[in-house]
Amino acid sequence: MTGKNKENYNENYINYVKSISVKTNEKRTLFRAFWVGGLICVIGQSLRLLLEKVFFITGDELAGYVSMILIFIGSFLTGLGVYDRIGKYAGGGSIVPITGFANSVVSPAMEFKSEGFIYGLAAKMFTIAGPIIVFGVASSVVVGLVYYFIYWVF
Amino acid sequence: MSDIILIFVKAFVFGGLICVIAQLLINFTKITSGKILVYFMLSGVLLESVGLYQYFVDFAGAGATVPICGFGYLLAKGAKEGAKKGLFDAITGGITSASMGITAAIVFGCLFAFIFSVRSKKN
Amino acid sequence: MKRTLIFKNKPVITATSTIAGPKESLGPIGKYIETRLDNDKFNEKTFEKAECKMLSYVIDGVIKNSNRKRESVNAILAGDLLNQIISSSYAARDFEIPYIGVYNACSTMSETLAIGSVLIDGGYMENVVCATGSHFATAERQYRYPLELGSVRPPQSQWTVTGAGATMLSKNGVGPKITMATFGRVVDFGITDANNMGAAMAPAALDTLVAHFNENNLSPKDYDLIITGDLGVFGSKILKDLAWEKGFDIFEKHIDCGALIYEPHEEEFQGGSGAGCSAVVLNSYFMDKFKNKEINKVFFLATGALLSTVSTQQGESIPCISHGVVIENRG
Repeated sequence: MTGKNKENYNENYINYVKSISVKTNEKRTLFRAFWVGGLICVIGQSLRLLLEKVFFITGDELAGYVSMILIFIGSFLTGLGVYDRIGKYAGGGSIVPITGFANSVVSPAMEFKSEGFIYGLAAKMFTIAGPIIVFGVASSVVVGLVYYFIYWVF
Repeated sequence: MSDIILIFVKAFVFGGLICVIAQLLINFTKITSGKILVYFMLSGVLLESVGLYQYFVDFAGAGATVPICGFGYLLAKGAKEGAKKGLFDAITGGITSASMGITAAIVFGCLFAFIFSVRSKKN
Repeated sequence: MKRTLIFKNKPVITATSTIAGPKESLGPIGKYIETRLDNDKFNEKTFEKAECKMLSYVIDGVIKNSNRKRESVNAILAGDLLNQIISSSYAARDFEIPYIGVYNACSTMSETLAIGSVLIDGGYMENVVCATGSHFATAERQYRYPLELGSVRPPQSQWTVTGAGATMLSKNGVGPKITMATFGRVVDFGITDANNMGAAMAPAALDTLVAHFNENNLSPKDYDLIITGDLGVFGSKILKDLAWEKGFDIFEKHIDCGALIYEPHEEEFQGGSGAGCSAVVLNSYFMDKFKNKEINKVFFLATGALLSTVSTQQGESIPCISHGVVIENRG
């Protein structure tokens, strides 16, 4: 009756709830994610073109500056309280682009500012985005070491 | 001129499709945004570690670099290039090439969190 | 073992006081709310301080509304959703009155009413203030994500009510009386989706409801209304189904505070939730109906989900509880 262990879960009830749950509108959410996500990438592409043709920046630096500007835009819109609106509308379309990464850094920082600048703003800044950096750096080291051995040992 | 339009179309469609995959994950598995970001970043690392993601970047430009997988791509690419130089660069290469993203996030994060405060939501 | 208490010296609800934020004030029951805020920071620096201020505002308000002196209040029973129920405790700091902090998540309102009634019925106290509150911004930060994060709100989700309500229970006085109370058991059917509170809590409400009816040989016909706390539109639908399965037809009688407080958008979200939800709706809208004798006997059972972010992240399912009290208009 009471589901203390998984074996005691009331499967009937869980299935019943699933069967009558309000369904997400698949087509609508996918369409919204597509066009908003695509649009952010187009903005990125125009920045690329602009920096390349006007400021003659190329290669890795180009990618770096483009992501810097996009992070700026994402952070600024978060600060203005607009990005969560976009997120509510677009779902995955605004989470996956780098602006969504910026949003997940700035939003906890703003939220926890009330606990002070050190233990609040700075410490809580990476509560959501922290894992990305942790796993990103860790996995890049793994990739680097594997390639190092392949390159130098064999 | 048509070349430029084609680049934009490619970026739009490719970037849009990556977001659609994320939305499908949200709809069907109910995973949260933090996890989605990690999975997509890791898939970028994985694809580039076998040399695949470079093709996407060449094909779609910003359509492949703007989504968070592009961040993973940068990390893996930096690590691979560093590995050719030596052990030290193999370890630091990843974070070096992705340093702009992390630095920008921290700096702008501090700046805007300092300037703005949260507003409560009405819907 | 009987779970229902039948009071001999029936405690009287002599006064109520409510306060709510702008979103709630614009809702269908907005005009019944005593104090309507146009700014949910309530001129405080943080949302936590605002929640605390709302609670002390209604406690103060209910003492004034009941025309009693502060010294004549024997105890404040209060709870809220924040960790270590700080809002209630800090609100009680402003009053030099004994304070009993209680926590049963969103079921706290009916729990305080039940405990308060026991204290009065037993002859230990004469006037007890029962108060609960919640705030959207503080609950969101504690249970979900930062406010500015662009996350998706699934259609099953509910909106935490920004508001607080207080009830004055007295030994003597005029007003509706609390005649019975049924304490709830913790019920867990294995729902793990923290966004689907309605489905998690409906079985708990059912458990208390069925126990109440069976122990006292009562049926839904004996009541004008069966009021639940914050099941939302979806949870309310489930409760009706479950009760029907047990042989109780509550389709006509059941009403949910969460489904009542906002204009319903069934596609998007299921209504209000939070400790403040039932506190605000019961103490404003339903007390008004009692005053006008539009309803004379209700079973009020607020439901609570006893989860924390830690238990969710550790993969636990959501245990829920529901305490019920019977409120009657009696000469």
